[in-house]
Amino acid sequence: MSAISLRGARLSYGDRVLWDGLDLDVEPGEFLAVLGPNGSGKTSLMRVLLGLQPLSAGTVSIAGGNHAIGYIPQQRALDQSMTLRGRDLVGLGLDGHSWGFGLRGRKERRIRVDAAIESVGGTRYADSPIGVLSGGEQQRLRVAQALVGDPTVMLCDEPLLSLDLANQRVVSELIDKRRRESDTAVLFVTHELNPVLPLVDRVLYLVGGRFRIGTPEEVMNSRTLSELYRTPVEVVRVRDQILVVGAGACEEQTHHLSAEAAS
Amino acid sequence: MSFLDLLELDFVQTALIAAAVLGLVAGVLGPLVVTRKMAFAVHGTSELAFTGGAAALLLGIGIGYGALAGSIIAAVLLGVLSRRESDRDSVIGAILAFGLGMGILMLALYKGRASNKFGLLTGQIVGVDSTDLKLLVISSIAVLVVMAFIYRPLFFASVDPDVAVSRGIPVRTLSIVFAVLVGVATALSVQVVGALLVLALMITPAAAAMRLTASPLKATVLSVLFAEIAAVGGILLSLVPALPVSALVTAVSFVIYLVCRGVSWQRSRST
Repeated sequence: MSAISLRGARLSYGDRVLWDGLDLDVEPGEFLAVLGPNGSGKTSLMRVLLGLQPLSAGTVSIAGGNHAIGYIPQQRALDQSMTLRGRDLVGLGLDGHSWGFGLRGRKERRIRVDAAIESVGGTRYADSPIGVLSGGEQQRLRVAQALVGDPTVMLCDEPLLSLDLANQRVVSELIDKRRRESDTAVLFVTHELNPVLPLVDRVLYLVGGRFRIGTPEEVMNSRTLSELYRTPVEVVRVRDQILVVGAGACEEQTHHLSAEAAS
Repeated sequence: MSFLDLLELDFVQTALIAAAVLGLVAGVLGPLVVTRKMAFAVHGTSELAFTGGAAALLLGIGIGYGALAGSIIAAVLLGVLSRRESDRDSVIGAILAFGLGMGILMLALYKGRASNKFGLLTGQIVGVDSTDLKLLVISSIAVLVVMAFIYRPLFFASVDPDVAVSRGIPVRTLSIVFAVLVGVATALSVQVVGALLVLALMITPAAAAMRLTASPLKATVLSVLFAEIAAVGGILLSLVPALPVSALVTAVSFVIYLVCRGVSWQRSRST
């Protein structure tokens, strides 16, 4: 059974169709990168998978349902004085959605939280206020927060944004390790493919209501992207990097689930 | 009368119990109020509690009920009108100003004793009688029970809204529920410290506690402790010199805050 499955999925706001006829299966252990310019519906796809946004047509299913999802957001500057330690953040990933105090099973909970922190190498700073940690340290704890619930699917929403190269590598390797060891499916939304290119099995490329799904070789070439963008686009391979010229596809972008949910 | 004689008096004992209950509620809610940056909302809500209290005075119903109604209406209004974070500040300002004006109008129309009027703004805990105390205790228990039930998702939504939304937590509903809880607690505090000084019990102890620790549990425990010291200690200190309770509650609370700032400043220098 696929970890993520979309059939004939369509999402539109009024006349504006973000995507239509989307059939997508992400298998356990597969790493799928979702690419596309701003407004192409990457975040909306994420919201659909999280159950926050109903499809206009078609079906969506996640093996294990919403609580089988580990979600990693982009790194954001946190308030330095926030009363929150790394271990609290990770613990919220485990049972932050449950009602009541949860006084039972404290010991078991602590063991699981410690193990998740250990698995991302965050033990040293897990008890520090989260606001004083570096962006890289915060994102490692974000990975632990997503892993602690033992997810079958990881949804990553630009988790490398605003990290330096070394930390981009560390964080993407942690995600990769998880899917190899536990067969977790990874759906990775990004505007920059290169940092994760060695890990990517398939690419979903969304542009203006059109999309293409395939291996990086099948999608990331001049012909396919020119068709998608309906304008000449040059794809150049330099060593192990892919450069897309003329699509304006690499703009900086910021978006937040809660900001969109509130509007 | 000596200090011990004063402690024997019924109304003093009632006041102390009321203060202790309030300290607990305000101390528990405080850290989340501070985390959610709701200090101004608390102030706005307390002004509406004043309006409600003034209306009750005019209509001849219990002030406690009026204050409760006023602040719950304020909490719901703030929750509904300020859907966007950027609106919140101005919505509170608008409601607060109108509420205060209406309150003053109602007090002007009221022909009863003047001390009742003044008490709403600056507190008159020694005027709390046993019916008021019953309302206070029942409301407090209700607030604490609801808090215990929603605490984890509410905390999640307060510190990490993006991921909380992703887990299907009803972030918006929770924020309105919490605003109502804060409204109830505010209405209760109004009787003790008055509308102008509610912040001394809801914000200052929590802000002080959060200077000392990054652990949410420890911060809550300390916040309750500080709120108790301020509320109960303030009353005890006010007895012999016969000074206004609210002045001493706010003073104690502020001294604790300054000490905690000092401690955290020392720590940050030594590391």
